[in-house]
Amino acid sequence: MSSKLRLFFIENAVVILFVVLIAFAIPVSGLPGTFLMQEILTRLGRNTFLVIALLLPIMAGMGLNFGMVLGAMAGQLGLIFITDWNIVGIPGLLLAMIISLPISVFLGWLCGSIMNLAKGREMVTGFILAFFMNGLYMMVVLYAMGSLIPIMNPELLLSRGYGIRNVIGLDGVRQSLDTLIPLKVAGLNIPVFSFLIIAAVSFFIIWFRKTKIGQDMRAAGQDRAVSGAAGIPVEQTRILAIIISTVLAGIGQIIFLQNLGTINTTSSHEQIGMFSIAALLIGGASVTKASIPNVIVGVILFHLLFLVSPMAGKNLIGSGMLGEYFRQFVSYGVIALALVLYEWKRVTQENDSRATLRGGGTPAAKEAKGGAA
Amino acid sequence: MDSMKRFAADFGLPRIIITLYLFALFLAAPFVGVNLPASISDTLIRIGMNGIMVLALVPMIQSGCGLNFGLSLGVIAGLLGATISIEMGFVGAWGFVAAILISQAFGAVFGYGYGKLLNRVKGGEMMIATYVGFSSVMIMSIAWLILPFKDPTMIWGYGGTGLRTTISVEGFWRHILDDFLVIQIGENFKFPTGAILVFAVMSFLIWVFFHLKIGTAITAVGSNPTYARASGINIDRMRIVSVMMSTMLGALGIIVFQQSFGFIQLYEGPLYMAFPAVAAILIGGAGVNKATLTNVFIGAALYQGILTMTPSIFNAVLKVDMSDVIRIIVSNGMILYALTRKTKVAK
Repeated sequence: MSSKLRLFFIENAVVILFVVLIAFAIPVSGLPGTFLMQEILTRLGRNTFLVIALLLPIMAGMGLNFGMVLGAMAGQLGLIFITDWNIVGIPGLLLAMIISLPISVFLGWLCGSIMNLAKGREMVTGFILAFFMNGLYMMVVLYAMGSLIPIMNPELLLSRGYGIRNVIGLDGVRQSLDTLIPLKVAGLNIPVFSFLIIAAVSFFIIWFRKTKIGQDMRAAGQDRAVSGAAGIPVEQTRILAIIISTVLAGIGQIIFLQNLGTINTTSSHEQIGMFSIAALLIGGASVTKASIPNVIVGVILFHLLFLVSPMAGKNLIGSGMLGEYFRQFVSYGVIALALVLYEWKRVTQENDSRATLRGGGTPAAKEAKGGAA
Repeated sequence: MDSMKRFAADFGLPRIIITLYLFALFLAAPFVGVNLPASISDTLIRIGMNGIMVLALVPMIQSGCGLNFGLSLGVIAGLLGATISIEMGFVGAWGFVAAILISQAFGAVFGYGYGKLLNRVKGGEMMIATYVGFSSVMIMSIAWLILPFKDPTMIWGYGGTGLRTTISVEGFWRHILDDFLVIQIGENFKFPTGAILVFAVMSFLIWVFFHLKIGTAITAVGSNPTYARASGINIDRMRIVSVMMSTMLGALGIIVFQQSFGFIQLYEGPLYMAFPAVAAILIGGAGVNKATLTNVFIGAALYQGILTMTPSIFNAVLKVDMSDVIRIIVSNGMILYALTRKTKVAK
C-alpha cells in the first residue's frame, strides 16, 4: 500500500507541486471564488483545443512540438482575411478555418520534413523554425498585405498604406462559438459549443490512436529502426503527425482568438507554443507521454496560477510585476524541468546499458535485464 | 567546377548568399547616398561590442555541448557584476575592472552549476540550455525587484520597487574601452581601439588555451568522446571547464557591450541575448560541434555588417525599414541550417 502511494506521489509530483502552490496562492490573492470559476471555464474553452494539438507529435516520439506556432500563424492569416471580407459569425469562423487549412498543411509538411533532417533534436529545430517562420509571417503581414496581397478594408491597414495594423478587432466573429449554445448555470456562463468541439477533437485523437496509422505512429515513436524494418514508413508517419498537429493548432488559434476578440498581428501567436506546452507539462505530461486528462488538468492548473499570481505577488511584496515574472518563470521552468527529467532518464539508461555490456553493471541494470529474461 | 561545388558544399549555400548580400549592400552604399565611412565605423564598433559574446560560444561547441543558448546565464553574471560595482561606488576604470572581477566570480559559480546540470543530460543540451537560460532570467527578474540595492541612480524613485529596467553607465564607465586610444579619421570614421584590442587579446588567450594540454583535451571530448575516455580524459570535468569558460566569457562580453551601449538592461533584457551570438558564429562557418576563431571573426564581421548596413540601405532605397524582419530571417535561418546539417549526432 505504502509503496503504491509513493509511486503515485512520484508519478504525479509536478501536478501535486502545483496544486499545493495554487492552494497557497489563492487565499493570498484574495480573488473571489465565482470570479475564478468563471475565468477557468472561459479559459478551458479558449485554450484546451490548442493544447490537444500537441498530443500526436509526442506519441510519434518527436517530443513537444514547438513548431505548433506555425499553425497559429495560419489561423491568424485566415482570421485577417475574413475580417477584411467582413464575413461574420459562424460562417466567418468556418471560412477562416478553411483558409487556414491548406496553409497549415503546407507548413506542417515543411516542419515535419525539416524535423526529419534533424532527428534526435526535433524540439530545438521546431523552436528555431518557429522564430524563422515568424520572420516570413511578418514579411507577409507587414509588407505584402495591402501591396501584393489585396486588402480591401483600409481600416485594417497601417497609415502608410500597406501592412496590417498591430491590433485588429474581431467584432464580427467575437465569441460567436462560445455563445452559439448559451447556457448559464449558477450565474456562470458556460461556453457549451466550444466544449463540444473540444470533446469532438478529443474523441478524434482517441480514435486516431487506435487506427492502423495511429499504431504505426506509436511504433515509430518507440523505435525508429525497428519500425522501419517492420515496413512502417517512418518518415511519412512523422510528417503526418506534425501536419495534424499544425492543422489543429491553426483551428485552435482561431477558437482562442474568437474568444479574446482581438488579434495582436505580430505577437498573438508567439507565446502560444510556450504557454500550451507549459500547460500540458503542468498537467503531468512528459516529453514522451501525454493524454487528454493531462491536457485538462494542465489547463486548469496553469491558468489558475496565471490568474492568481499577479494579485498574490502584489499582496505579498506590493509589486504586481513579481507575480508576472513568477508566472513566466513557472512557464519556462516547468519546460526546463520536464526536459531535464526526460534527458536524465535517457542518459541514465544509456549508461546502465553500457555498464551491462562491460560485464559490470549496476544493480538496477541487472535487475532490468533479469526481468526481461 | 567540381572544386567550386565542393567549396559551396563545405561553406554552405546560406553562407554564400549572406556574404554576397553583404557585399551587395556595401557596393550599393555610395550610390544611394549612404555614408560609407560612418557605416564601416559603426560595424567596427558593433564588432567590438559583440565580439566577446560570440567568442564565448567556442569552448562549449568544442567540448561537444553544442550551441550555448543558455548564454543568458553568463549575461546575468555580468549584470550582477555591473550593478554591484556601481552600488559599491566605483567610478571610471576601477568601476569597470571591479564589474568584471565580480562578474567573473558569479560566472564561475553559475557556470559550475550549469555544467553539472548539462553533464546529466548529454545529447539534449541545447533545448535545456535555452529553457534554463529563460527561467534563470525570470528568477533574476524577481531578484532585481527585491535585492537591497540602494544607489539612487539604479533604483526607481518614488512609487516603485526594485532596480530600474535600464540603468545608464554614464558617469561610471560609459565608452571606457571604445574611447581608449580611439583613432578618429575625418568626421565620420572612428576606430574603437580599446574594444577591438580587448576582443583581440581575449581571442588570443582562447587560442593559446586551446593549444595547451587542457584545451586539446576539451577538443578531444567534443570530437570523439570514446577516444577521449580511452585516453583517460575526465570527460565530465572537461565539459564543466568549457561551460564555466563560456559563462565567464559571456559575463565579460556583456560588460564590454554595456560600456559601448551605455546602458545596463535588466529584467527581461538578457532573454534573447544568446541568439544573435549563436547566429553570428554559425554565419562565420562554425557547426554545431566545431568552431574556430576564424569562424568567430568572420561571423561577427558578417553579422554585424548586415545589422548595420541593412537598415540604412533599405531606408535609402525603399523608404521602408525591413531590417528587423531581415535580421530575424537571416539569423534564425542560419541556426536552422546548422541544426539540419547531417552530423554524427543524427542518424
